[in-house]
Amino acid sequence: MNGSRTGDAGDLRSGGPWLDAGSPDGDVVISSRVRLARNLSGFPFPRRATAPQAREVIEAVRRAAWPDDLASGLIWVGMNDASAHERDLLVERHLISRQFAQNEAPRSVAVSADESLSVMVNEEDHLRMQVLLPGFRLVEAYQRVRRLDEQLEESLDIAAHPRWGYLTACPTNVGCGIRLSVMLHLPGLRITNEIERVRRAAKDLHLAVRGFYGEGSESAGDFYQVSNQVTLGISEDDLLAEFAERVVPEVVAYERESRRLLAERNATLLDDRVFRSLGVLRSARMLGLEESMKLLSRLRMGLCLRRLDAVPMETINRLFLMVQPAHLRTVAGLDLNDDQLREARATMVRKILGGD
Amino acid sequence: MNCDHCDKPAVVHEVVIKNGAKTEVHLCQAHAAMAGYVPEPQPLNVLLTNIAPAARKGPPAPTCPGCTMTLAQFRQHGQVGCEQCYEVFGAVLEPLIERAHAGRTHHAGRLPRRRAAPIDLRELRMRLVRELDEAVAAEQYERAARLRDRLHGLGGEGATAGNGEPLKE
Ligand SMILES: [Zn+2]
Ligand SMILES: [Zn+2]
Repeated sequence: MNGSRTGDAGDLRSGGPWLDAGSPDGDVVISSRVRLARNLSGFPFPRRATAPQAREVIEAVRRAAWPDDLASGLIWVGMNDASAHERDLLVERHLISRQFAQNEAPRSVAVSADESLSVMVNEEDHLRMQVLLPGFRLVEAYQRVRRLDEQLEESLDIAAHPRWGYLTACPTNVGCGIRLSVMLHLPGLRITNEIERVRRAAKDLHLAVRGFYGEGSESAGDFYQVSNQVTLGISEDDLLAEFAERVVPEVVAYERESRRLLAERNATLLDDRVFRSLGVLRSARMLGLEESMKLLSRLRMGLCLRRLDAVPMETINRLFLMVQPAHLRTVAGLDLNDDQLREARATMVRKILGGD
Repeated sequence: MNCDHCDKPAVVHEVVIKNGAKTEVHLCQAHAAMAGYVPEPQPLNVLLTNIAPAARKGPPAPTCPGCTMTLAQFRQHGQVGCEQCYEVFGAVLEPLIERAHAGRTHHAGRLPRRRAAPIDLRELRMRLVRELDEAVAAEQYERAARLRDRLHGLGGEGATAGNGEPLKE
């Protein structure tokens, strides 16, 4: 096990790398993620695997030769031993998928000490490894996950095919088995109703646009996750170049332009949105999740445009995580019902934003 | 039932008794014609598969030997069950994959540096995994331990057992 240890989700307290302030293009790009889907040759894919086979896969992956620098700080969380609350924490940290949290089969996740890397074992594929970094750092994220991929390949027999490339449970992921994605904060495009144009353009480019929690989720708080869908017939480097040098910079420029125009032509409207949000956040006695995400989103935009400086960016970024149910319950009590949770959320936000 | 000589569905089925020994003959249309059989005209819904695929009553659906998945199960979930499914259901998957990837047809990225084990070794591993599974289910722990050792022993050999032949396409 190379000195890795088995921990529980409570070990992950730092707040995660994806909410750091002051990252490259952090005004629009919240985080960059590269995920690789891989399967071990000789084992049925997780959906068709029996429980002993699934456990066998976990063992094989744990025994594999992990990079030395990584192995020492790796935390293994057995999903079947983790509580529902702990699994929710991991989902809210974007370290595992919701599907992985809810599934019942034997499955495990390895998380690096700084939470930038996670490897889900027995999600849809045997291996789903991701590197998640704050800001616009796709190339770096790719380099890191590729290094892990190459290292694991040394000791694991990975399923591949000369024509279809890496073989995955879902045929839509064959080829490179790679998913590049960025989490974008697009309040400007949302307010100016330009977001639909972005969606249409993305569709033409075979890109997926999803909400804050990925597949099937709403775009809470004006956050949009944009990712590639085509993974066959194009090399990793070409995909990366297209996505990181053309697509993302274009959307970023578009969002900045719409924010600038808002500030220039509609300063009063903009300030109204920003300060009204601050007012509600500082005074509300009950806050729902979606509402708080939306208000924090507007506050964040005001901060990026320097309409206010009452709150540091880092505080807002942290609040996005702390208002999530599982994180809130960790602080306010595990047994809170929905109304109590809304009250606890409002109390916490008021305290942090200096309300009354 | 497939043809004795190729992978096409057999349309001629005969039991031949020769010198007291019984053998079965299954031939596709082409091989039946070559062998001098005159097959019965096929029903219209079989002949018109391209026009009315829903009405088709073809040969029994193939089942993947690696994971026992059927085509119907694939259609239900949209996911295949193991790497061998890509061979077994290749004809069905090909157009699906190409559509999902904007018409692209061949992998252009990297592949594992370590060549995957040859097919027969992979099949051996699949079989050992299945046997291990049965042993665990039957609580035969000593047998399970032996099988696990064999399985682990296979792990490294896969890379070296390849005799320079490319992966099977
Ligand atoms: Zn034939
Ligand atoms: Zn299969």
